[in-house]
Amino acid sequence: MKYSALNLLRNGLRHNRDWPEAWRHPEPKSHYDVIIVGGGGHGLATAYYLAKEHGLRNIAVLEKNWIGGGNTARNTTIVRSNYLWTEAALLYEKSMQLWEGLSNDLNYNVMFSQRGVYNLGHTLQDMRDIERRVSANRLNGLDAEIVTPDQLKRAIPALNTSASARYPILGASLQRRAGVARHDAVAWGFARAADALGVDIIEQCEVTGIERRNNKVTGVQTSRGHITADKVGVVVAGHASVLANMAGLRLPIQSHPLQAFVSEPLKPVLDTVVMSNAVHGYVSQSDKGELVIGAGIDAYNGYGQRGSFATIEHALQAIIELFPSFSRLRLLRLWGGIVDVCPDACPIISKTPVNGLYFNCGWGTGGFKATPGSGWAFAHTIARNRPHELNAPFSLDRFATGALVDEHGAAAVAH
Amino acid sequence: MLLIECPWCGQRAETEFSYGGEAGITRPIDPSALDDAEWADYLYMRNNPCGSIKELWNHSQGCRRWFGVERDTVSYKIAGSFKLYAGEEK
Ligand SMILES: Cc1cc2nc3c(=O)[nH]c(=O)nc-3n(C[C@H](O)[C@H](O)[C@H](O)COP(=O)(O)OP(=O)(O)OC[C@H]3O[C@@H](n4cnc5c(N)ncnc54)[C@H](O)[C@@H]3O)c2cc1C
Ligand SMILES: [Zn+2]
Repeated sequence: MKYSALNLLRNGLRHNRDWPEAWRHPEPKSHYDVIIVGGGGHGLATAYYLAKEHGLRNIAVLEKNWIGGGNTARNTTIVRSNYLWTEAALLYEKSMQLWEGLSNDLNYNVMFSQRGVYNLGHTLQDMRDIERRVSANRLNGLDAEIVTPDQLKRAIPALNTSASARYPILGASLQRRAGVARHDAVAWGFARAADALGVDIIEQCEVTGIERRNNKVTGVQTSRGHITADKVGVVVAGHASVLANMAGLRLPIQSHPLQAFVSEPLKPVLDTVVMSNAVHGYVSQSDKGELVIGAGIDAYNGYGQRGSFATIEHALQAIIELFPSFSRLRLLRLWGGIVDVCPDACPIISKTPVNGLYFNCGWGTGGFKATPGSGWAFAHTIARNRPHELNAPFSLDRFATGALVDEHGAAAVAH
Repeated sequence: MLLIECPWCGQRAETEFSYGGEAGITRPIDPSALDDAEWADYLYMRNNPCGSIKELWNHSQGCRRWFGVERDTVSYKIAGSFKLYAGEEK
């Protein structure tokens, strides 16, 4: 059923009893042309674009829990494309352009809100880096501008722009087309649209082995039995190394806890997104009124979906430094995800040494914004058995050739 | 917050330590004998285990010595600490 104002009214009058399920819950078939492992936003988007752009129909997404319950459900939903290096900027900008039409394309309101993202500078070096990044962004055709403390003061009254602050704000970069989106809606919207094109979404189905013959993938073992496949695309975020291990591969990935939290709801106080690298915190306000606040990664490796208290304290110190009036707020909930951190803070969207096996990982702390673009590029790579020019620089062999795309620190805060 | 046992100073809060990642990665004796893939393996590739890991910690806010910890990366439970080099007593 197409979602529309008319159908909303019609179903409302029937007490919402007749809405069909948004996606089917089929039993796994014994064979698929393509299996996508991982039902986060990236996996669901990959399946959708495989069906939509490449005409494939016999596709399954295998998810060990429920779809969208991993990092997709746990992130602070910042979407922007103002990365320093051309390779990264063009990839994230492709994603941004997909975001701009996504709700219509999926017939699902992903609540993409282009409320702007400010990256604050607190030191002379910060400001030089910002000048450089904004100039690089403009050369790549992205919208980017530099704003002064005076402009910040007018745009974000709650922000402490006083020159006597412990870390005075000297200016910021602003990407006006950047913003936030609704994380669950992104997973559900892609799931529903992929399902409508015949994709089987199979939840509670953990992949436990990757089968190969003569260095060619032949299928997967799962908690719901053996399934054969011509091609397997793995996009499991924090568990990338675990899946690589099943195929005898090693990845340059470290899995870390990354934490976030929300405050109690309050009246509108912040209508944009503020990030600061120097004090390390980022905050926006959800439509429910909660402040959504993110921390940096915990230093140690961890698959536990939780981190240490000191990390939370550190992030909150930064937020209070920026917004002293938030100091009275109580936190409602806090949680962690498992982020797959790559040495150059850029993703891997790539073929592997095993024929028919593809990996998409390494998005670390910043892959939500890339969900549509990542799925789009990964689908191309799987369907054509070669990368699109947008993701060719993000192959696994860049670690051997040395052609890293070093976005560490270069791209403001890495979320 | 992890409670980490420094072999020299005893149990201390995690905030006194800095992390050194996977233990047991040794720099190849003769790097020029390696091909690019082997060098990349040493530089970048990691086991990143989901489960038991042997890892390096430095007691940076204390005695400033490096040592090893065996820990579970899912439960975060620490099995114990160990010294890295034979004869490292004192
Ligand atoms: C606290 C936090 C804040 C963040 N903030 C931002 C932000 O503001 N902006 C931004 O752009 N990014 C942000 N990120 C990063 C972003 O969330 C991730 O990069 C992105 O969601 C990864 O997408 P995914 O679909 O690959 O991951 P996931 O949603 O984690 O999906 C992976 C799926 O694979 C499944 N899986 C794992 N192993 C198996 C198996 N063996 N078999 C079957 N399925 C398996 C998992 O259950 C999971 O559902 C943040 C992350 C966190 C944790
Ligand atoms: Zn010590």
